[in-house]
Amino acid sequence: MGEVRIGVYICHCGKNIGGVINPSRVAEFASKLPNVVVARDYMYMCSSPGQMLIEEDIKRHNLNRVIVAACSPRMHEPTFQGVLKKAGLNPWLLEMVNIREHVTWVHEDVPDKAEEKAKELVYAAVMRAQHLYEITIHRLPVVKSALVIGGGIAGIRAALDLANAGIKVYLVEKKQSIGGKMAQLDKTFPTLDCSKCILTPLMVDVARHPNITIYAYSEVVDVSGSAGDFKVKVRLKPTYVDWSKCTGCGYCTERCPARAPREFDEGLGTRKAIYFDFPQAVPRRPVIDPKYCLWFTKGICRACEKLCPVGAIDFNQKDRYIELNVGAIIVATGYELYDMTKLREYGYGKYKNVITGLQLERLSDADGPTKGKIVRLSDGKEPETVAIVLCAGSRDEKHVRYCCRFGCAAAIKHIYYVKHSVPEAKVFVLYTDIRAFGKGYEEFYQRLRGMDDVYFIRGRPAEIFEAKDGSLIFDVFDSNTGQLLSIKADLVVLESAVVPPKDWESLRRMLKISCDPGGFALELHPKLRPFETTADGIFLAGAIQGPKDIPDTVAHAAAAAAAAIGFLSKGEVESTPYLAVVNEDLCSGCGLCASVCPFDAIEIKEEGGRRIAKVNVIRCKGCGACAATCPSGAMQQNYFTDTQIVSEVSALAGGAK
Amino acid sequence: MDFKKSDVEKMKDNSIDVAFINGGIRLSEHEEMVRLLRRKSKVVVAFGSCAHLGGIPGLANLYSTSELITYAFREAPTVVNPDGVTPTASYKAPEGELELPRILKYVKPLDDVIDVDYYIPGCAPTPNIIKKALDDILSGNLPPKGTVFGSSRALCDECELNKTKPEKILLKDLKRVHQVKLDLSKCYLAQGVLCLGPVTRGGCGALCIKGGMPCTGCFGPLDNVKDFGARALSFIASIIDYDDEKLAERIIEEYLPDPAGWFYRYSLPRSLVKGRYSGGGK
Repeated sequence: MGEVRIGVYICHCGKNIGGVINPSRVAEFASKLPNVVVARDYMYMCSSPGQMLIEEDIKRHNLNRVIVAACSPRMHEPTFQGVLKKAGLNPWLLEMVNIREHVTWVHEDVPDKAEEKAKELVYAAVMRAQHLYEITIHRLPVVKSALVIGGGIAGIRAALDLANAGIKVYLVEKKQSIGGKMAQLDKTFPTLDCSKCILTPLMVDVARHPNITIYAYSEVVDVSGSAGDFKVKVRLKPTYVDWSKCTGCGYCTERCPARAPREFDEGLGTRKAIYFDFPQAVPRRPVIDPKYCLWFTKGICRACEKLCPVGAIDFNQKDRYIELNVGAIIVATGYELYDMTKLREYGYGKYKNVITGLQLERLSDADGPTKGKIVRLSDGKEPETVAIVLCAGSRDEKHVRYCCRFGCAAAIKHIYYVKHSVPEAKVFVLYTDIRAFGKGYEEFYQRLRGMDDVYFIRGRPAEIFEAKDGSLIFDVFDSNTGQLLSIKADLVVLESAVVPPKDWESLRRMLKISCDPGGFALELHPKLRPFETTADGIFLAGAIQGPKDIPDTVAHAAAAAAAAIGFLSKGEVESTPYLAVVNEDLCSGCGLCASVCPFDAIEIKEEGGRRIAKVNVIRCKGCGACAATCPSGAMQQNYFTDTQIVSEVSALAGGAK
Repeated sequence: MDFKKSDVEKMKDNSIDVAFINGGIRLSEHEEMVRLLRRKSKVVVAFGSCAHLGGIPGLANLYSTSELITYAFREAPTVVNPDGVTPTASYKAPEGELELPRILKYVKPLDDVIDVDYYIPGCAPTPNIIKKALDDILSGNLPPKGTVFGSSRALCDECELNKTKPEKILLKDLKRVHQVKLDLSKCYLAQGVLCLGPVTRGGCGALCIKGGMPCTGCFGPLDNVKDFGARALSFIASIIDYDDEKLAERIIEEYLPDPAGWFYRYSLPRSLVKGRYSGGGK
C-alpha cells in the first residue's frame, strides 16, 4: 500500500471523555507519532459533522489509516467503518481506541494518569495501524432451498412457512409418516381440542404444497459444504413398497397376517407387518417391517404382493441414497421420553399398570389399543384410583436435572382424561411444584384441581409395590401436610422426563453444532438468538433446543423459519473479516489447526506432493484458535496478525514515546 | 585450526572470509573472542544450536550464578571438594594476582553480542545443512542476511509420518518415549508422544524420527515465530484434550515433569524471558 498515512481523531464524547482528560493534548501528542499526517479532536466524532471531518481529511490528506479514539468499538466501529467506506477506503483500515470505557469512565478520579493512559493507548494503536491491511470479504451465492430435519409439529410449521415464502423445502422424516409426537396425543392442553384434528390439516398442507418434498422413512447420513451451500446425503430406507406405484388403498395392511407391537401406541397395541403409522398418515404409503414380515422371517406368505392392485410390493428394495443441495437447514428432530425403566423404584416395565403419560394418551385416543377407554392394562378393568406422578426422572440429579416444561400441564390434562372416561375415579396427583406458566394454563389447573376426588399431594412416591390383583401400593410423604400417606392405585401414570432423541448425537456431529449439558442443541444466545446456532445457516425448531410444549414449539419453529427465510433471501453469504489465512509457503501441513478448529473450517489437502492447510472462508468464524495453535506462524488471523498484536503490545510495554 | 589469539589480532580487519562460531556466550572471554572474530571476518556464521539459540547450556539461565557454582563445585554427587573451594574471577597468588574469565549472569546466543550474518541450526548441525551453507558461501550465492539454513517450513513438511496423521489430533493419553512402544510407521504425536516437529524448523531430514525418537526442537523456531517454547507450549496446550482440570494437571506432572527443559531445551536464551528473573536486570 506504499507510504502509511495515518489520521488520528480524538473524541470528547461531550463530557464523557472531554470532562476528564484534555483531548486536544492527546491529539497534539498523536500528531508527532510515526506516520501520523493529521490528528484532531472534536466534540462528537460520531455526529454527522464529526464523520464529515474524517471523510474530508481522508480525501484531502490522502489518508490510508484512520484511528478513532472514542468509545467502545462495540458502539461505533460500524459507524466509522462506514466513513472509511464512503471515502473509498477499505473499512478494516480503521483502528478504534476505547478511551471512554477503558480510560475516562474508570479513571475519573486520576485525570492526569488517565490522560497518560489515553496517550499510551493511542500510541499503541498508531504502532498497530502501521501493519493494518485491506481485508477482502468473500461472498458466495446462496442456494435458495432448505432442508427440514424432522416432521413433527416443529418441522411441519417450519416447512410450511418456508414453502409459503417461495423456498423449496425438503422435509426428512425418519418414521413412515410425518406428525411426530403431536399425532400421538389425544387432546392438547389447556383447550382440550383434539390433537389430530388440528394437526392433520397441516400435514395435508405439507403433502400438497408444491414447494415441499417429503422424504419419509429416511434419514440424513452426511452433511458437507457450508452455509448457503450444504450438500446433504439422505438415506431412503427400504420400504419394500414402490411408493410411486402405491395408491395408499391399504388392502395390504388389512390382509397382512403378521402382527407386531405398534410403535405409535408406545408398544401397547399391535399393527401389521405392513403398516401405516396411523390412519391419517402422510404420506399414505405403507412400509413393510422385515422383522415381522413372514416373507422375510419364514420365506412364506407374500399376501400383500398378491393382493396389491397396482403391483407396488417390491421385496428386493435396498437402501437408496439421494443428495440434496440446500442453503439452510432447520433441525426439528424433537425429543424422546427418558427411559422410565431407569427409575427402578417405580417399577415401569415390571408392573403392567405403571404407564407413561404418552401411553395414557394412547389409551385415551379412539385410534388407540383400547379404542379410547382408560383401563388397567393387567386386566382391562376400569381403574377406581389413578396416581399421576410428575417429574418422573426430571429435576432429579440421578436422572435429568432440567424441567420437562410440559409435564405439569399434561398431568392436569390427564386428570381430565381419567375423570372423563371414569367419572367416579379417584385421582392422586403427586407433584414437586405445579408450573402452570402458559397462557390459560393456570385457569386450566384451577379448574381441574377443584374437581371432586382429585387430590394434589406434594411429594414423590417411595418404592412402588404391586399387589396380587395388579394394583399398586406405595407410600408418599406429603410435604404440604407433613403426613406420610399410603396409596393404593389401579393405575400409575408417570409424566416422564424428556431427553434428546437417541440418534441425535451423530446428526449433531454431522451438523457441527454444540450441545448443552442435557445434550440438546445449543442455541446462539439463550435469550436473544434462541433458534440460531453457532453454525451459520443452521437453525433450531422446537424441542431439540430444549423441552417445549406445543405453543412454544410452534412459535420457535416459525421464528426459525423466519430466520432461515431472512438468511436465504439475502442471496449471498459473507465471510467474516477476521478470517484465518494460511501462508501456504510456510505451512508444513502438520494439521494442528484442523485439530483445534471448532467449526471444521480447515482441511489438510495434498497439493504438489505437500500437505497444506486450506480454510473454508464461509465456515471460518474468525475465532483465532488455529492462529494461536499454528506452531510455525503460517496461520494468521486477519486484523489480528502476530505482527499487529506484537507491535501493539511492544508499544504498550515500552511506554509512550 | 587453532590460532592463538595474538595471531588473529595481528590479522587485518575483514581479512577472514568466513568465521564459523560454535557455542553460546557463557564467559567474559567468549565475548572478547567473538568481538575479535567479528572485526576480522567478512561473514560470521553462528554454527549449531548454542551459537544460534543459546543451546542446552542456556538452561543454566534458570539458576543464579551462585547456585550454579555451589552445585557444580560442592553439591554435585560426583564432586569431592572437602575444603569447599569455588572458583573466583581473581586470585592473589604469591607470584601475583591471577585472573580467570568472569562468568556472565546469563548464557547468550551469539547475536546478542555481535552481528551475525547466517545461522546453521542443529544440535548437532546435520551434514546436509553444513554442505548447503558451504556451497552457498563458496559459490558466492549468498542468501539474505539473517537466513537460518534449513527449511522455511516446519519438520512435518518433510516427515514421512505426516501422511499418517489423523484428521484431528486430540491428546488424551500423553506418554513419554520410554513408556510406550512406538509404532514407527505412525505419527508420534498421534500416539501421544510429544514430538516438537510441528514447531521446529525442518531441513534435518527428520533423522531423529527415522531413528525412533520424537523431535526435540534443535533446529529452533521458524522465521515467523519469536519464542520457540511459547509456541510449542501453545500448540500442545491446544491439542491436550482433558475435560477434568485436575486430571490434566496430574497427567502433565507425570508426563511433562520438566516443561522448561522440554519446551526450551535449546532456546531459552533466545526466548522472550531469556531466563529466570532475579531482579536488577542483566
